[in-house]
Amino acid sequence: MDNTAEIEEEAMLHDIASMLATFVNEESNLIPILQMIQEKHHYLCVRALQMVAKHLGMSSSEIYGVATFYNQFRFYPPGKHQIKVCLGTACHIRGGDIILESFERKLEIKPGETTPDREFSIDRVACVGCCALAPVAIVNDTVNGHMAPSKVEGLILGFEIEKEREKREKQ
Amino acid sequence: MNQNSKEKLDEVFASIKTDAERRFREMKGDDSQNIFIGMATCGLASGATDVKAAFEEALSERKISARIIPVGCLGHCYAEPLVIIDKPGFPPILYHDLTPGKARLLVKAFLEEDDPVFEHVLGAMEENDLIPWIMDFPRFNQEKKVVMANSGLLDPEDIYQYIAKGGYSALVKALTLEPEEIIHEIQDSGLRGRGGAGFLTDIKWQLVRDAKEKDKIVICNADEGDPGAYMDRTILESNPYQVIEGIAISAYAVGAEKAIVYVRAEYPLAVKTINKAVEQAKEIGLLGKGVLSTNFDLDIAIFQGSGAFVCGEETALIQSIQGKRGMPQPRPPYPAQRGLWGKPTVVNNVKTMASIPPILENGAQWYRGIGTDRSPGTAIFSVVGNILHAGLVEIPMGVTLRTLIFEICGGIPNQKDFKAVQIGGPSGGCLPGSFLDTSIDFDSLTQAGAMMGSGGMVVMDEDACMVDVARYFLDFTQRESCGKCTFCRIGTKHLLNVLERITTGEGREEDIELLEDLSLDIKAGSLCGLGKTAPNPIITTIKYFRDEYKAHITEKRCPAMMCRTLTAYYIDLDKCARGCDACVGSCPTESIFTTKNRKKGIDQTLCVKCGECMASCPPEYDAVRKVSPPELAPKIERPKEG
Repeated sequence: MDNTAEIEEEAMLHDIASMLATFVNEESNLIPILQMIQEKHHYLCVRALQMVAKHLGMSSSEIYGVATFYNQFRFYPPGKHQIKVCLGTACHIRGGDIILESFERKLEIKPGETTPDREFSIDRVACVGCCALAPVAIVNDTVNGHMAPSKVEGLILGFEIEKEREKREKQ
Repeated sequence: MNQNSKEKLDEVFASIKTDAERRFREMKGDDSQNIFIGMATCGLASGATDVKAAFEEALSERKISARIIPVGCLGHCYAEPLVIIDKPGFPPILYHDLTPGKARLLVKAFLEEDDPVFEHVLGAMEENDLIPWIMDFPRFNQEKKVVMANSGLLDPEDIYQYIAKGGYSALVKALTLEPEEIIHEIQDSGLRGRGGAGFLTDIKWQLVRDAKEKDKIVICNADEGDPGAYMDRTILESNPYQVIEGIAISAYAVGAEKAIVYVRAEYPLAVKTINKAVEQAKEIGLLGKGVLSTNFDLDIAIFQGSGAFVCGEETALIQSIQGKRGMPQPRPPYPAQRGLWGKPTVVNNVKTMASIPPILENGAQWYRGIGTDRSPGTAIFSVVGNILHAGLVEIPMGVTLRTLIFEICGGIPNQKDFKAVQIGGPSGGCLPGSFLDTSIDFDSLTQAGAMMGSGGMVVMDEDACMVDVARYFLDFTQRESCGKCTFCRIGTKHLLNVLERITTGEGREEDIELLEDLSLDIKAGSLCGLGKTAPNPIITTIKYFRDEYKAHITEKRCPAMMCRTLTAYYIDLDKCARGCDACVGSCPTESIFTTKNRKKGIDQTLCVKCGECMASCPPEYDAVRKVSPPELAPKIERPKEG
């Protein structure tokens, strides 16, 4: 298990190295580089940040400082099913925090974390602009409007049933 | 710079325009049927993709020829997905709340059998004898669309539609004028920056124009981070061309050859449409080297912001483009003096940019005729919260809050009472009912203690707790504080701690005074707009809703019953029906138990107060009650097992 994770990381770093070569060594390219890595690999690992630092001739701490400043970047691999709970103003008024709490309780993780089996991750987002549907949760890029705690249970149950089915089909 | 020859320009543009009109005619066809589907983010979220698929399927099944044209957003989020069907012999008809089923019905009944299906019609887009015209409704006739005039009516990925509808003629006009004349026209129009502060646009432009450095830069600020505001996104998704045209005019006026659109990466669709729009404009010679064969060059680049609210502040935004942490810098020097890479830089909001083409096209006096004397033009609000017709509204400045909330947006749903309206997002304030007759313009709103801000407007009914609303906004600004100024960094955290204390029933007598003092200190001790305005939600809620703070502190009671620590749910045993299990299944924490006489009780130690049991209790029993303070809930013991 550990071995496959290592091989995956090596492959990812190799890919990042080849992408880095296309960027000029300029500080103003830092954010576009980080965005490019995140877009392709969904998170920034420590070794990738070190590679970026080397490429731009900056210190790792400077890179880390910039990366952590912005909400967009994440430092752990996201789950297979990404859950984003909207906590914009309209969603807050209509109980968005109750929805977030329901996901947290059900999956036993906090926002920004991934379940140990890497099935689910939760993020809080500030307004996805579907205020008329509040409260809103985005699961795998599908917007789910008018959320309620019972709908949270239903969503997760749906994924669990799906997984069971896939497992059975494999056997 | 030499004045460009008008004849030559007209000639170059005329050929582009003829081409665009020909393509537009071909695309629409003279006698064919067209279906326009709103496919901006809100439409997509409400299921526009499925609706489009259903239309396509039904059309091919029934062998009916009709074009499906994806368009942007009309601003009527409450009625999405929206579709306009243009069928010869009928006025173009707007349909609301489409579903795949309704789409199939429309194809069969309307396109095949000429029955316009009146029950799903919102209105007709033109005056006619058959169907009520949309302009007969307050939601439409009290709006004044300048920036969003073409939003939702054209394909955001087809530049020719914009040109065929008269787009880019303002740029052509601008290129025949001296830059000074353009700045003068903008000055006459009285255009104030739509980013929130309302700074006069022409002054910024003049400063950059006058700067001695050769290289100048124009930045279009689309880093819309305010939770609950999404007009910039909608404009970019619906009509990016008008924004690009505005940027081009602005660049020509100040003498810049490079422009940057700074757009949030969280808006993937907007990033895609603006990128595509820039590409198209380049292809037909409206951008790039020698715009419209003149000696004016302009290159527009897109920079994706990475989600930091403070980057909406211009100096922080500039830091972020330079690859640094987005921390605001002291002003002066203003960006107009020393901005991006040390060069004189104009930073204007998306709405400001999009206002420029109509001003040049129709003249400064026309623009002055809209809105008020000191705030000419229109304002765009995203009106959300407890409101019937939520969505984007573009109104002339000077309309009162009452008209906007109760006439244009239909008022408060579910027979609840209006309590407050929060304007301007985390930097704005909450205004109570006594301010409903306030005119909407830069100065009146600031005077009332709120601010125009980015145009987020959240309407709250009697169930909203004002202390909790203040806590919510402080939670946001505290997270987003960049940490540069001590008062903002530590002060907002402390404000949040005090508010959390109050909303969980730990409030102290002296807390209101503490909040007030600290708020003033933070305002005085912060460099940028974020810190200077962060305490506004607290200051206004204390000013207008002091009683609510007092109830939380002295009685440990939340009058709106929103603060969860201060409320409790219980089941009224007189109303609860024997043997009914509706609430048991709905409870996510299994805190509902059956009493000895087969009624239900709530275990308060397990209850998370989500309100599901109240929603699931059948209305004929209506047995679940909510109380504050929680001690008011009668104690019902869980029967011992066995």
